[in-house]
Amino acid sequence: MPFDAPSDPDAFREKVRGWLEENCPESMRTPMPEDEVVWGGRREKFKNPDSKVWLERMANEGWTAPTWPKEYGGGGLSREQAKVLEQEMARIGARTPLFSFGLWMFGPALIEFGNEEQKKRFLPDIVHGKTRWCQGYSEPGAGSDLAGLQTKCEDKGDHYLINGQKVWTSYANEADWIFCLVRTDNTVKHEGISFILFDMESEGVETRPIKLISGSSPFCETFFSDVKVPKDQLVGEVNGGWKIAKRLLQHERSSISASGFGSARGTGMLELEEYAKIHVGTDGNGKLLDGDLRGRIADHQMYTKAFNLTVQRSQQQAKAGQEVGHTASIIKYAAAKMNQDKHELMIEALGTEGLGWEGEGFDRGAKMVTRGWLRSKGNSIEGGTSEINLNVVSKRVLGLRDHQ
Amino acid sequence: MTFVLTEDQEMLRDTAVNFTRDELPVKHLRALRDAGKNGVDPEARQKLAELGFFGVLIPEEYDGVEMSMTAFGQVMEAQGRTLASTPLLQTACIGASAILLGGTEAQKKEWLPKIAAGEVTTALALDETSHHNPAGVATEAERDGQGYTLNGAKKYVQDGHHADVFIVVARTFGEAGDSHGLTLFLVPRDAKGLTVQALNTVDSHGAAHLTLDGVHVDDSHVLGAADKGMDVLEPVLDRGRIALAAEMLGSSLAAFEMTHEYMQTRKQFGQLIGSFQALQHRAAKMFTELELTTSCITAALSAVDSQRNDIAELASLAKARASETVHLVSNETVQLHGGIGMTDDHDSGFYMKRARVQEALLGSASFHRDRYAKLNGY
Repeated sequence: MPFDAPSDPDAFREKVRGWLEENCPESMRTPMPEDEVVWGGRREKFKNPDSKVWLERMANEGWTAPTWPKEYGGGGLSREQAKVLEQEMARIGARTPLFSFGLWMFGPALIEFGNEEQKKRFLPDIVHGKTRWCQGYSEPGAGSDLAGLQTKCEDKGDHYLINGQKVWTSYANEADWIFCLVRTDNTVKHEGISFILFDMESEGVETRPIKLISGSSPFCETFFSDVKVPKDQLVGEVNGGWKIAKRLLQHERSSISASGFGSARGTGMLELEEYAKIHVGTDGNGKLLDGDLRGRIADHQMYTKAFNLTVQRSQQQAKAGQEVGHTASIIKYAAAKMNQDKHELMIEALGTEGLGWEGEGFDRGAKMVTRGWLRSKGNSIEGGTSEINLNVVSKRVLGLRDHQ
Repeated sequence: MTFVLTEDQEMLRDTAVNFTRDELPVKHLRALRDAGKNGVDPEARQKLAELGFFGVLIPEEYDGVEMSMTAFGQVMEAQGRTLASTPLLQTACIGASAILLGGTEAQKKEWLPKIAAGEVTTALALDETSHHNPAGVATEAERDGQGYTLNGAKKYVQDGHHADVFIVVARTFGEAGDSHGLTLFLVPRDAKGLTVQALNTVDSHGAAHLTLDGVHVDDSHVLGAADKGMDVLEPVLDRGRIALAAEMLGSSLAAFEMTHEYMQTRKQFGQLIGSFQALQHRAAKMFTELELTTSCITAALSAVDSQRNDIAELASLAKARASETVHLVSNETVQLHGGIGMTDDHDSGFYMKRARVQEALLGSASFHRDRYAKLNGY
């Protein structure tokens, strides 16, 4: 039954609650193991068949992208209504039906900068999880200095021709399409960049996964040799890609921080203080026996609390129409530090139990902590390094100038 | 939790910020110090009373202006900005709250209007060692017919050198270390047997050690139930901690602004020092800490207003974070100013000195980390 959103907030909540009750399969109300996360796209296997049903039902309402306009497959909800949906999903422990760079990063940028034909063509498939997107930004010679990118895009009359290499392309080997920054003018820096879209199955595209210190391979090297791209797949103006790129980075920074780099919920991992209690021990009053570690855990948890309150504060301020610009960079910097500190403390609290790699003899959750600790080192590098974020704060927020 | 000020609160904030900037700048504290006043400032007290600042937390029926903790926090932040030495924390927050939460109707009628008018100032006489420890009180109160006799000593009582009335915490039951068995007493400054030793302190605000040698207190001066002083003391201390944290935020912000300004005027190697990345990143880190700490303090103030059940946790959060931030910023203020920051002529030293006193009062960062851990079950 199609969902007709009532304008009265209480009635809306009532209706959402009823809809979820009816449509969210039981197994989708349990904590999600990592291998049941749905990223969508051509290669999606839906390890748990219920997750396919759940995605289809949610996508049919547009609720994988609740605030996107209905004409592009979104839910057409107001921010308040989307919040209600989120709360009601949390209430029953409903899983996020779709994880997607298309939803978090590319879609919002396309809504802002794409033409009508592009929006109609690409957005609905993102909502339904039919197309999985990856991000072609960093290059071997263009990391923090992203605008130094060299991947060449030539105008060949009826098509563009792309040659070059990207790196740190998240899940490029599993993605269907790429949104990509390319150089269309060599003579200028920021003003010579364009934003282009193409199918990863195009001839001349090759991906190679990169194995990380944590043992996992979420990133790839991606090579383009003579990749032909139809001309209607360039977004915005030729040489006008940098402003799209920057806006998209804001979405990326806030989505990385909002996800808190993943939490312990439902993964078999325990919280920091629980590990400390088990492995360090407590006295008769439940107080950790290692006073020094206890103080540092408390310090970290206060930082976490302060961080969460800051996110809440900036949301309230934004709602009240107050200026909260550049909070994203402060939040990204703080979130990276917070997550790294947490993992350092977890490894310390676990002692030798945190030093397993694979196989028997170590608790499953503890091995995830070990991998998570190594993975967390990337938090201050990806999506803008902490140093770049501090530069942004110094220059844009504090108005400190470069050497004259 | 509310993080956005109401119009009334904004107005009070502006009034307070303008007042301390114009009437009680750091220069004023310096003048008081140089004149040997030890932080005692009757004229400022009069002006604060005229502005109604003493009555922010006092209900209208007792002649107060009955605003909110969030409103009071704005006044504290403003006084922190200029390091103003005022009786507001001890009197308008701690004293008024203790009487409001623990006092009988007769006590409220007697004291609150005088506090709101700035006629009476109070000081909490609690700690007996050089570290904050509410349960550690050993000062004894022994029953004597119509009242009690107090014997003991109190250390570093804020405003003790000029307060009119002391709220003395003494033990009527059990022994030092027990939370149960404490009682609060209102003891006038001129009580027989009470000796006040004024202290010259590093922040130029002053304080006092008290000796209670057979001080008699009538039953009518007992504040709250005997033996159950902690029931009143804990919430009062938490309000005080939150208000003090707001003051510390004000000091941190002002020191940061001064440093930020200096980075954009001082030149070395032909460049503004603010254009050096090593310094820019330190400024950005301070800014981040200030943002995080601001959220903690705003949340804690709002928690008192909405009577949430996590006030204790948020009070410890606010006080600990404010302590870390005020040290970070005041130390960096001296370092980034270089040689001039080491001179008495410059204001940065005042901020660094006051920061240490602010941290020590009502529980250091370490005290509050410990309390936070306990409240969170480890």
